[in-house]
Amino acid sequence: MNFDFSDEQKQMRDEARKFLAEKCPPKAVRTVLDGKASYDKDLWQGLAEMGFLGVAIPEEFGGAGAGHLELCVISEEMGRALAPVPFSSTVYLAAEAILIAGSDAQKKKWLPAIASGSAIGTLALFEGKGNPSPEAINLSAAGGTLNGVKKPVPDGAIADFAIVAARTGSTGRDSDISLFLVDMKAGGVEAKALTSLDPSRGQAELTFKNCKAEPLGAAGEGWSVLSQVLDRAAVLMAFEQVGGADRALEMGRDYALDRIAFGRPIGSFQAVKHMLADMYVSATLARSNCYYGAWALSTNASELPEAAAAARISATQAFQHCAKNNIQVHGGMGFTWEFDCHMYYRRANATALGLGSLSYWEDALIDRMRKRNAA
Amino acid sequence: MNFDDTPQEAAFRAEAKAWIAANAPKQYEEELRKSSLGRTQLKGANILEVAKAWQKKKADAGWACLHWPKEYGGRGASPIERVIWQQEEGPFGKLSGMFIIGHGMCGPTMMAFAGEDQKRKYLPPLASGEKIWCQLFSEPAGGSDVAGLRTRAERKGDDWIINGQKIWTSGAHYSDYGILLTRTDPNVAKHKGLTMFFLDMKSLGVEVKPIKQANGASDFNEVYFTDVKIPDSQRLGAVNDGWNVSLTTLMNERMSIGAGVSTGFPELFEFCNSLMLDDCPAIEDRNVRSKLANWAVKASGLKYTSMRAISALSKGERPGPENSIGKLVAGSMIQDVAAYALDLQGAAGVLSGPEDAEATGKFQAMLLRAPGTRVEGGTDEIMRNIIAERVLGLPGDIRVDKDVPFNKIPTRGRG
Repeated sequence: MNFDFSDEQKQMRDEARKFLAEKCPPKAVRTVLDGKASYDKDLWQGLAEMGFLGVAIPEEFGGAGAGHLELCVISEEMGRALAPVPFSSTVYLAAEAILIAGSDAQKKKWLPAIASGSAIGTLALFEGKGNPSPEAINLSAAGGTLNGVKKPVPDGAIADFAIVAARTGSTGRDSDISLFLVDMKAGGVEAKALTSLDPSRGQAELTFKNCKAEPLGAAGEGWSVLSQVLDRAAVLMAFEQVGGADRALEMGRDYALDRIAFGRPIGSFQAVKHMLADMYVSATLARSNCYYGAWALSTNASELPEAAAAARISATQAFQHCAKNNIQVHGGMGFTWEFDCHMYYRRANATALGLGSLSYWEDALIDRMRKRNAA
Repeated sequence: MNFDDTPQEAAFRAEAKAWIAANAPKQYEEELRKSSLGRTQLKGANILEVAKAWQKKKADAGWACLHWPKEYGGRGASPIERVIWQQEEGPFGKLSGMFIIGHGMCGPTMMAFAGEDQKRKYLPPLASGEKIWCQLFSEPAGGSDVAGLRTRAERKGDDWIINGQKIWTSGAHYSDYGILLTRTDPNVAKHKGLTMFFLDMKSLGVEVKPIKQANGASDFNEVYFTDVKIPDSQRLGAVNDGWNVSLTTLMNERMSIGAGVSTGFPELFEFCNSLMLDDCPAIEDRNVRSKLANWAVKASGLKYTSMRAISALSKGERPGPENSIGKLVAGSMIQDVAAYALDLQGAAGVLSGPEDAEATGKFQAMLLRAPGTRVEGGTDEIMRNIIAERVLGLPGDIRVDKDVPFNKIPTRGRG
């Protein structure tokens, strides 16, 4: 058994960490958080040059062709650094949807553009409140044009193209849903940036009015593709969350060692020690669930749906737990804008929602476990 | 990243699997599989006898104490082979409960500190289960604070005379031998005046009194020592160096990974599939699903954490203090899981008789045994300290008695 990343993959992780430590210090995150830029363009180009954007894209489509395990280690570092770039929307959602369902022409057009950093993509799924479900999709597609409104759409205001989930039937089945690819520059769609919990990654409302769109994948198979995309994205996002959780734990630990109160480091008080130990426990359980998700993702195992849900729940809980208690360890300082703690707290709570809420994945996990047990 | 054995590991697994299939006491397999925390018992059979017979059979065929050297009754196997054995032994491994302390802690301590003749005399019958050992460390005044013990050993010629009391000694009532930590110098700081021995539990002056536990069972004992004589040749390590000897014992305690800790989750999941609530299986209820999902990811998190540790073992690395999380997480989880399984039954959850209880009282037994799990082998608080100090590098607790002579340490909190 080698239930671990390989030395090469770990080396890639170290490389990414080093790169991000230099190019993405907290100051860079703040520039986007404070609204001075919509994303960090230099970092985005730098990530492209390092080959990180196309790490799981096959070489024939301009990527590095390394694979999903490699993407997992990069994702962890993106989360650790809170990288203020449209990485998850472009790489986890848009690129994966094209890899799964795109035609050869679509792959040739968009995947190299993603890998080179010249195209930002997103997935337009949600229409207001609620979780992923075929019933919640009302945007209509008829005669190759889309009409309706999507929000929130991650990085929707800066995206060059969007994968859009639309209703193409009225049978009441999952097969009513189809996917479309929309070139945002082609007209017919209006993007409005929205304010959100975590401005270091943008959210938008997209309004489609007789917008021309090309189908992505076969008609009626949209929901099936979306389910696969969401499972893969859940694993990749879980790595981001674990990276963030680890960094929040590290910040709390470092502060507890440096900060003196009552004549000794606060990290020597059991109440603080035990809080940090519990943060370590949740981050470790999440990391282990993520490794299982990574294995299932990289081998395309039938266990992927269950492993993805477990990784998603565990990593969401760990990031929220660590980010929240990191502020607590820091005391009053942790509640200031000046300290970085709130950036992790924001990201933890924002990433908990983007792919469907915690309760959605809890429900999904038990469904999937039941199906496996019944089989 | 994979779950595959190396060719050598696969060969070892195949050999172990074949031997177990041909030799294990299959008639108890189903009962052992179904037994959960607080409920390992065999109907119509004495579990101690069944366990001893299985252990002897393993020893005769070279499958006992796999990690021990061959000359002491083991197999000289690698840590990963030991894990593979545990995986293959499956429910029959539950029969090893009464040997764990002897095999995991007393044996390794003897190996490190006993004389060669003694090792050859005492270790093989320990490995084969013919003799059972216990570990006499904790006292009423010192559970987590092991070094606070008060049992005295006084030198008299070639012998030592022991007086005092131990507590929480698992298996003392059926043990043949024990390793014993005593105080030999009360005038120095507490860690510096301890000495380790081993002794025959049938020695004159040793009295074992089973403790009736909160769950009604009696796995633990009080052990009283009245002028018990131990020859100096049964001393382990130097006089007053017992603390260091005991650290060897305790470090070995944390080496055993891979068998998997009991969380109660598989039992609860199965229960929620069958229990009907308002004409629907409980598992279809939204609240039930949310609770289950939370425990599911803890259970899988523990499972894959142990897979990561096994991978490290497979590469020749040693398991570290991070493995303390298994007991920490599983201990309180099984307590909560059991309480929830009863909650789902409403008022009837209180009834534990076989005719009333769902799943024949399994969760009631779990609930009553779980508090012990959170305390034995180090409390949750000690486990958190281990993680905070040894994994995260936070400062140790302040120990005000550290440099105070033992006989000057206050013994009462008030008055």
